[in-house]
Amino acid sequence: MYDFPDSRGHFGPYGGIFVGETLMAAIEELRSVYERYRNDPEFIAEFERDLKHFVGRPSPIYHARRWSDHLGGAQILLKREDLNHTGAHKVNNTIGQAMLARRMGKKRVIAETGAGQHGVATATVAARYGLECVVYMGAEDVKRQAPNVFRMKLLGATVVPVESGSKTLKDAMNEAMRDWVTNVESTFYIIGTVAGPHPYPMIVRDFQSVIGREAKSQMMEAFGRQPDRLVACVGGGSNAIGLFYPYIEDESVRMTGVEAAGDGIATGRHAAPLCAGKPGVLHGNRSYLVQDENGQISDTHSISAGLDYPGVGPEHAWLKDTGRADYAAVTDNEALDAFHALCRFEGIIPALESSHALAHAAKIAPTMDRDKLILVNLSGRGDKDINTVAQLAGIQL
Amino acid sequence: MSRIRSAFEKLGKNGQKALIPFITAGDPDPVLTVGLMHGLVAGGADIIELGVPFTDPMSDGPVIQHASERALKYGVSLKQVLGMVAEFREKDTETPIVLMGYLNPFEAMGYEKFAVEAKAAGVDGVLTVDCPPEEADQLLDSFTNAGIDPIFLIAPTTTSERIAKIASVASGYVYYVSLKGVTGATHLDFSEIEDRVNEIRKQVDLPICIGFGIRDESTAKSASRIADGVVIGSRIVQEIEQSDCQSAVKNVTAFVTSMRRAIDG
Ligand SMILES: Cc1ncc(COP(=O)(O)O)c(C=O)c1O
Repeated sequence: MYDFPDSRGHFGPYGGIFVGETLMAAIEELRSVYERYRNDPEFIAEFERDLKHFVGRPSPIYHARRWSDHLGGAQILLKREDLNHTGAHKVNNTIGQAMLARRMGKKRVIAETGAGQHGVATATVAARYGLECVVYMGAEDVKRQAPNVFRMKLLGATVVPVESGSKTLKDAMNEAMRDWVTNVESTFYIIGTVAGPHPYPMIVRDFQSVIGREAKSQMMEAFGRQPDRLVACVGGGSNAIGLFYPYIEDESVRMTGVEAAGDGIATGRHAAPLCAGKPGVLHGNRSYLVQDENGQISDTHSISAGLDYPGVGPEHAWLKDTGRADYAAVTDNEALDAFHALCRFEGIIPALESSHALAHAAKIAPTMDRDKLILVNLSGRGDKDINTVAQLAGIQL
Repeated sequence: MSRIRSAFEKLGKNGQKALIPFITAGDPDPVLTVGLMHGLVAGGADIIELGVPFTDPMSDGPVIQHASERALKYGVSLKQVLGMVAEFREKDTETPIVLMGYLNPFEAMGYEKFAVEAKAAGVDGVLTVDCPPEEADQLLDSFTNAGIDPIFLIAPTTTSERIAKIASVASGYVYYVSLKGVTGATHLDFSEIEDRVNEIRKQVDLPICIGFGIRDESTAKSASRIADGVVIGSRIVQEIEQSDCQSAVKNVTAFVTSMRRAIDG
């Protein structure tokens, strides 16, 4: 049986708790609180109620028929996380963590964000529960995801642009950690992906697993069987693990995570730790990292802010090493092509992050028979990205 | 006997407290580091904490972050840091040196290889900020084999259960973090610190040094009354930041001299 992580948060050699001593007590507190509530019927019922009435779950599975026909191979099915309230899978997790924060009596929540989707999802639950909310966002991302910055502000959050390092997601995470260590008694850190120190990778996975659980029953209902393949983009890896986790023991389903190859792996300008990095320690856990030979973390590049991160959740590192999942990478241009294809063939504007998963599906579908099924996690909608896409086309909005 | 232990024994005999300045290796320029280290000793340093630059210093405030950035502009690697220590040892075989950094550069070099080369270069202790004892088994084995003291932090939030765990693996000294926050923060409550340090003494049989937030004569003096040593980081890095290359050593030495006077006085 697949039973990870172990009690100290390890997925094989990966994961663990790598933080400064000041945070150890807070992490232990979170671990024990989560242990207490994870199987608590009342906690679960509240979580499910919120997913249904506030998020709008279950999210449908949609058969992208016209695009599949055009590609001329396997059928592409989309798990529509883009239809969630706030427009991405991120909210599944922020609801769960905010419920923990409330039970711990924390009045203030903080978050890091790249694309802004996790920031928006955190600001949303904070508004709903009346919690103070501070979101750290790389100054570079503040520029390229301006609509989400404004959404967070509308929701009452304070957005702090982070000017250090590469001014992207990893620097936002550094700054959020610094805030946490300073305000550890009053503050709950809502991490947005399956990264950070244990128990975060497990907590976020568990909350996001609703995606895969729903998919399993929806597939049976609509198609009478499970898909042949799962495809999801991987930044930190939360939407991917949310889809994969309930399928881990179902070995007939191949699972593929798709990283951002940016300008191309060979150029060095990418954000693909699993495909082109090596193991190391960053942001509280051991996993694959994009780093140089001296162990310094490299600047990453992706057109999509949500994938522009040098690390990846430790469970993905383990799934890669054990071969249970495989990982591919697609370039900015390939992702953009898929972005446009989904707009034109299906009337759906996907997030640039999700477009990476779509691009990989578009590559493999033609190599497969027409009766094969590929389930792609459409992790978010692309409204936030229209400025980026317009700019690339030389259009001023 | 390790250099760190003999340093504390000597201080104890003289009724003195340890003055432990911190600088980041390679800041503001790698050619200045060894000179700065000698300057620290000239000003009265008993032990030197030498920061290993890292791209993502999660536990540091802006001052030490910027020091890391300045050093990384020159591509300063862990290997080069060891080179600086070796060069320092050509003229100073007595002052203990503790490397302070984040785990990943050590992991990239390989614990075993690092420990052997560090010992050969003249490193006495190592503090990896983001590696708690629970994750340190292999690292500790390498340090023990090479004869390097693993230095650990104890925080205001550390439970007595964890203090016991830390006490069982630490050697050299333990570093009590005097506030919740990152390096460079400035709100110290010395009566609270004193209570905590007294509690820790019941469980820890090593010298206890206080750091984070020590920045002037008055805070240095207060800290030295409570603990066995005082670590001063951001304030010294600031001195370097505000100096030009010609005056850096002179200014840093003068500042350390004033701290020496404060804690001896
Ligand atoms: C729509 C969308 N998909 C995917 C991601 C990447 O995160 P993860 O890999 O944790 O799913 C993000 C992150 O911002 C996102 O907004």
